[in-house]
Amino acid sequence: MRPDGEAVLEVRGLVKHYPLTQGVLVRRQVGAVRAVDGVSFDLRRGETLGVVGESGCGKSTLGRLLVNLERPTAGEIRYRGEDITRLSGRALKAVRRNIQMVFQDPYTSLNPRMTVGDIIGEPYEIHPEAAPKGSRRQKVRELLEVVGLNPEHINRYPHQFSGGQRQRIGIARGLALRPEVIVADEPVSALDVSVQAQVVNLLERLQAAFDLSYVFIAHDLSVVRHISDRVAVMYLGRLAEVGTDAQIYEHPTHPYTQALLSAVPVPDPDARARRERILLLGDIPSPANPPSGCRFRTRCWKAQRKCAEEVPPLVVPERFRGTGGPAAHVSACHFAAEPGAPGDGEDAT
Amino acid sequence: MPEPTDRIPPEARDAVGSAAGGAAGLATREAESLEGGPVPGTARSAKARSLWTDAWHDLRRNPVFVLSALVIVFLLLIAVWPSLVAGGNPLQCDLAKSQEGPQAGHPFGFDAQGCDVFTRTVHGARASITVGVCATAGAALLGSVLGGLAGYYGGWWDAVLSRLADVFFGIPIILGGLVFLSVVTGRSVWPVVGFIVLLGWPQISRIARGAVVAAKQHDYVQAARALGAGDARLLLRHIAPNAVAPVIVVATIALGTYIALEATLSFIGVGLRPPTVSWGIDISNASTQIRNAPHMLLWPAGALSLTVLAFIMLGDAVRDALDPKLR
Amino acid sequence: MNEALLDVRDLHVEFRTRDGVAKAVNGVSCTVEAGETLAVLGESGSGKSVTAQAVMGILDTPPGRITAGEVLFRGQDLLTMGEEHRRRLRGDRLAMIFQDALSALNPVLTVGAQLAEMFEVHQGMTRRDARTRAVQLMERVRIPAAEERVGDFPHQFSGGMRQRIMIAMAMALEPDLIIADEPTTALDVTVQAQVMDLLAELQREFNMGLVLITHDLGVVADVADKIAVMYAGRIVETAPVRALYAAPAHPYTRGLLDSVPRLDRKGRPLHAIKGLPPSLTDIPPGCPFNPRCPRARDVCHTDRPPLYTVGPERTSACHFWQETLEDRDDAGARR
Repeated sequence: MRPDGEAVLEVRGLVKHYPLTQGVLVRRQVGAVRAVDGVSFDLRRGETLGVVGESGCGKSTLGRLLVNLERPTAGEIRYRGEDITRLSGRALKAVRRNIQMVFQDPYTSLNPRMTVGDIIGEPYEIHPEAAPKGSRRQKVRELLEVVGLNPEHINRYPHQFSGGQRQRIGIARGLALRPEVIVADEPVSALDVSVQAQVVNLLERLQAAFDLSYVFIAHDLSVVRHISDRVAVMYLGRLAEVGTDAQIYEHPTHPYTQALLSAVPVPDPDARARRERILLLGDIPSPANPPSGCRFRTRCWKAQRKCAEEVPPLVVPERFRGTGGPAAHVSACHFAAEPGAPGDGEDAT
Repeated sequence: MPEPTDRIPPEARDAVGSAAGGAAGLATREAESLEGGPVPGTARSAKARSLWTDAWHDLRRNPVFVLSALVIVFLLLIAVWPSLVAGGNPLQCDLAKSQEGPQAGHPFGFDAQGCDVFTRTVHGARASITVGVCATAGAALLGSVLGGLAGYYGGWWDAVLSRLADVFFGIPIILGGLVFLSVVTGRSVWPVVGFIVLLGWPQISRIARGAVVAAKQHDYVQAARALGAGDARLLLRHIAPNAVAPVIVVATIALGTYIALEATLSFIGVGLRPPTVSWGIDISNASTQIRNAPHMLLWPAGALSLTVLAFIMLGDAVRDALDPKLR
Repeated sequence: MNEALLDVRDLHVEFRTRDGVAKAVNGVSCTVEAGETLAVLGESGSGKSVTAQAVMGILDTPPGRITAGEVLFRGQDLLTMGEEHRRRLRGDRLAMIFQDALSALNPVLTVGAQLAEMFEVHQGMTRRDARTRAVQLMERVRIPAAEERVGDFPHQFSGGMRQRIMIAMAMALEPDLIIADEPTTALDVTVQAQVMDLLAELQREFNMGLVLITHDLGVVADVADKIAVMYAGRIVETAPVRALYAAPAHPYTRGLLDSVPRLDRKGRPLHAIKGLPPSLTDIPPGCPFNPRCPRARDVCHTDRPPLYTVGPERTSACHFWQETLEDRDDAGARR
């Protein structure tokens, strides 16, 4: 991959609040769910950016914002330098050709009353300029072949396929318009382990063959590490830490990342004894009423008064700045440190 | 224009070749075990198929559909040309034969006025079926369009429409009938049809709204939106086919209710008036005489039941044909 | 101990479906001792949940049907005993934890009432005593402010808290055996870790047998003592946990281990198992894994492999278990 390539997507200060209303006839706003609350990052050409976080952290909302299924409350998403969040009509439709989505649930993401040929061919009906009418059927067959399905099954219905095969159909639909960016929201989490690997490998092959950039949203840290060039860790609507996979997985400096990584069970019984688990207390707070300052402070063992008062910026921590070491990546913590390093505050257990 | 970049690069095919072999091979085997029956499979695979062509293909082979469709065609025929079957005049009655049983030339017997029940039943089809079919069609169309739009767009449009439906839902039939229909002069069926549509659409609209709200939450609707599909495509291609089943069920059941409702209206004197002949009128007349002349009730009520049954079976068959999972 | 806590022998379960008879469980045998954790590992459709349901006596019949086998709990066959006797055992001595706590709890009753009911029904406690026990139990599974939350309804709790309540209900009568069917699959990793730790701790405290049904190789490595790997309704391999991860004796297990991405290292590409699990109405003859197996030879298409004993406390249903075992080091490079 080319981690230093030009940015395809530039996300700046993205905010999405869902208003909470009360009243039957006269609705008044009583608050807001801050699903995404100030997220900025770049997606570079040909790279895979993994977005990890637990349920309710806003990663799915982020994905829907990126493909323009939702309008942000504030902020910009620039595709090739142009802010796409204010587009509508023809211009929006043109942008949609280039940013496509693969959905999580292979059982609800395909219309049960359409044949596979109609499902994968629908992009060409919506964008007739993408393929002349006579060639569409042939293109659908080619797409089926590319994602590893039998082109003869073009007239079948989704329920005649297994979960993994359905996900391949969803991927073929996403590929039909030859987009530059594919946002995949938990594309393998509904699949069995052995089938998961097939789909992950397929996504990787397609990326190389079609020069795609992926935003890969998932809660499974192992899968994200496997497929991603860079990883963004999200917590309660904000990014906690962003870096290359080695930086995040081997040199995490944000306490949340460290806790998250330590909680993942590793398929190696010998690691049982070696592992130091950081058990977090309690659950994620409600995004309708997030904590002041650092969002993670209510579950953080390092939290101090400063954390409640100041929102930690997402920057390279001062102590690592200019070191060029693997810990020198952006991390939104006032007390960013590698686990076990001196100055790590209290004990990590 | 097909640009060269639109073609799938050969290396991509090579790259997925191994996966393709395994998965596709198995897919064939799995699908074979799934299908089993004479499912239109590879034989017609060359031609593009859609939900509607597949549904029609299924329906033609479904005996329930064929039978109910034949019954309906027959009923429609006698509704249009009653004299094909019963040559007599339904209004030519002989009081002397009041309530007499079946006899030669009069297989169904006579009613209280001495009219031939057979002739009246055949001639009653026109009014009853017109009311039933037109009122159902009208209510289903109005109800599913309004309910569907309310469910799809939500917001204030939904709120206004749902309240409006509640208002119409609350109108008592008898009182409403007396008020609405007594101001209408004339004896045609259309005011009655109009009144029933007015009372009937809220029921359908509630069902349609619920079904659309459920269908629009599915990811496939989001997927189509992400592709750039407009509202019309989303509604017609993705939501409607997945929301139509409960509407069909409710509408076919409502059909019978509407035919009976016409009878009630006629009975209180605001529905159809003589010389119009309808099953509803005959049924309400006969119901007072059930002890001494059951045949008076039997034939028009039987015709009504047959009609309702045929439409319900037709509705079921269409609903099943539109669900690929049941194939 | 001369007899095992739970001893399942040659269990067979079938389902009647539209497409014919689905053979969900085809001769499963396994044992669990007190204080031991058996992990039943398998993908969807492998029959792992059906086995659990048959053992618990909560299988939907029809369409399901137990066609053969014995389920001995402390030497008594659960399948032949009377329904009344069995119902008393269930909850009292045997308990189950489900994946989806929200649907396993009654939404219109408070959690306190549901916990208290266990004591009222099984131990004849008064309402007041039962409520006190319910609060204690909620404290035991570390639900904060248990005294205040005992009157809350299930939907007012988070996913992790609901799963704790499920565990509390299962633990209420201090059973000898708990069957946990994907207890943490629906939970986030940080919460999953909390819940698994709690479960392991309670198991140690009460010396219970635990059957953990899961598809997660990571969770298994973390908590299990021994593993039974299921495929197409059969156990294809059993082994102590370390031995299995060090050197699997069945190609399916090998394939599973190779196909999961690892958090602690980055290798690519993943070795996916080709193809799909078989349809249970149409299980291939011979070894059910043969269409997907890299080692399959002629004999695999015709002869069903028995469970070979391949080492201390280890079995494998593969004709070529020996080479599978030995092949461990270059398996990755070979493919």
